[in-house]
Amino acid sequence: MQFGIFTVSDVTTDPTTGHTPDDTERVRSILAIAKHADEAGLDVFATGEHHNPPFVASSPTTMLGYLAGVTKNITLSTATTLITTNDPVRLAEEYAMLQVISDGRMDLMMGRGNTGPVYPWFGQDIRQGIPLAIENYALLRRLWTEDVVDWEGKFRTPLQGFTSTPRPLDGVPPFVWHGSIRSPEIAEQAAYYGDGFLHNNIFWPMSHTKQMVEFYRGRFEHYGHGRADQAIVGLGGQVFMRKSSQAAWDEFRPYFDNAPVYGHGPSMEDFTRETPLTVGSPQQVIDRYGTFVDEVGYYQRQLFLMDHAGLPLKTVLEQIDLLAGEVVPELRKIVEAKRPEDVPANPPTHAERVARAQAAGAAGAGHVGGTEDRWTGRRAEEGSAESQQSRTGTAFGL
Amino acid sequence: MSERTIVVVSAGLSQPSSSRLLADRLAGATARELEALGHTVDVETIELRDHAHAIVDTMLTGFSTGELARAIDILTKADGLILVTPLFTTTYSGLFKSFIDILDKDSLTGMPVLLGATGGTSRHSLALDYSVRPLLTYLRADVIPTSVFAATDDWATSGGTPAENKHDDVNPLPQRIERAGKALAARASARENEGPADPFANAPSFLDLLGNS
Repeated sequence: MQFGIFTVSDVTTDPTTGHTPDDTERVRSILAIAKHADEAGLDVFATGEHHNPPFVASSPTTMLGYLAGVTKNITLSTATTLITTNDPVRLAEEYAMLQVISDGRMDLMMGRGNTGPVYPWFGQDIRQGIPLAIENYALLRRLWTEDVVDWEGKFRTPLQGFTSTPRPLDGVPPFVWHGSIRSPEIAEQAAYYGDGFLHNNIFWPMSHTKQMVEFYRGRFEHYGHGRADQAIVGLGGQVFMRKSSQAAWDEFRPYFDNAPVYGHGPSMEDFTRETPLTVGSPQQVIDRYGTFVDEVGYYQRQLFLMDHAGLPLKTVLEQIDLLAGEVVPELRKIVEAKRPEDVPANPPTHAERVARAQAAGAAGAGHVGGTEDRWTGRRAEEGSAESQQSRTGTAFGL
Repeated sequence: MSERTIVVVSAGLSQPSSSRLLADRLAGATARELEALGHTVDVETIELRDHAHAIVDTMLTGFSTGELARAIDILTKADGLILVTPLFTTTYSGLFKSFIDILDKDSLTGMPVLLGATGGTSRHSLALDYSVRPLLTYLRADVIPTSVFAATDDWATSGGTPAENKHDDVNPLPQRIERAGKALAARASARENEGPADPFANAPSFLDLLGNS
């Protein structure tokens, strides 16, 4: 099982000090957190994508591209990439570029965003949320797996003979997850393609998570990708730890009580009972998270939300150290002991996917076409007015 | 002889409350009629006051838990529903509306519903029809035409002869309760609730989704 962290990139006032980071400070803190997670030995760092304050993570591939250069081992991912409002052509290009830059040390997770107004900001209609997710992703896959794409759909202009560049690393697209909290359609989509499914259950009781995951597993098997228990599943999580349970409760309570999402609502006692939020010692986190495989079956990725609600950077880095140093080694032993032998331990790596694609003869080309642009007939280096003039009439295939 | 479950929701805040009193009377009238029609009747009562904090928590977190989740589960599986709210500043109470707001919007579709309200004077009686009824109509509930408003004065009526009734000689509260209870019983008798739709069983297959996108 992979263990990692994900950020929603909220700018929130620290309720204990009144300090509010500005956007620059927050972006830099996220970079520090990701680098620290890599150094501490966590497996995954994932960033959200939001286009509205108080969130700052609007440009995931810029951030992840930088992180690819300054980290060594950690898998870079998203939580989530907006498949509804991003043009699938841009997604195909940006994430193929990230895949190349990170040398395959990445995957991504599709989602539909957290706010209705984001749709019109990008020229889309929220009432079409599910159809957008379906059509855009179908096109994204074709752009990655087919070298030259003719395409026509409902939500963007048609494509004629279009090639997205760069072509995926080794001709094999990144592994894709689909995140959804309550839409069976998205679990169905993940199952249909044999992609991963992550239920970000941090605000939900396990009974609901279990239903969603069971549905996805059943459909994964239905579509012939393997047995239900071999489907690739991820869960969200949320913890706050100190050596002593009481110290954790005392320190985290003001953050909980004022948190943007659940603050001023249920008590921390109720919320920790009903959701995966665990506040306490590392051992309490191990004990609780070690039981989730009993609920949803063995799963391959456990992400934790750690940098939110105004927690200071120093505290977040300490939490990462506790998670990586004390929780993960023990938790991994517990869940590994419960893993059936022919169920994958982890989500597929790039190398595994390449090997599989090559065995099936399904790896694509590393480059498409010659060195000429099919549209203008020009070579990349031919930019002078003279050479353009000499080729008048060759544009548009004349 | 088939069983029918009538769920009673009272949004009264005081204990005891006149809303609960009206709710119990309406439930009694409904149950008697259902029994006369040959059913065994199970009446479950939900006092919203008991769930007030949990209702607000649900609005903030998006999911209900514990006793409130169980109450909502019972409600959505009912064969008939009796909803009684006090009227506050011309309309249903905020707690009543908040409770309705956290229900799944499809969970009351086709549900036989009898509405009741309490208020200080009969001048507010039409609030049932201009504010509470549209709310349930929006949710596609099967709201029976008769709803029952009980003003403070109404509780003085005995249900006896007109001469004994100084407040509403024409249509005293007990008669209205009986009439409304019979109407709800007729609806609940005719329709057995199949329970809430299973969102997973009804999920479209991906090929349908692809075809529609």
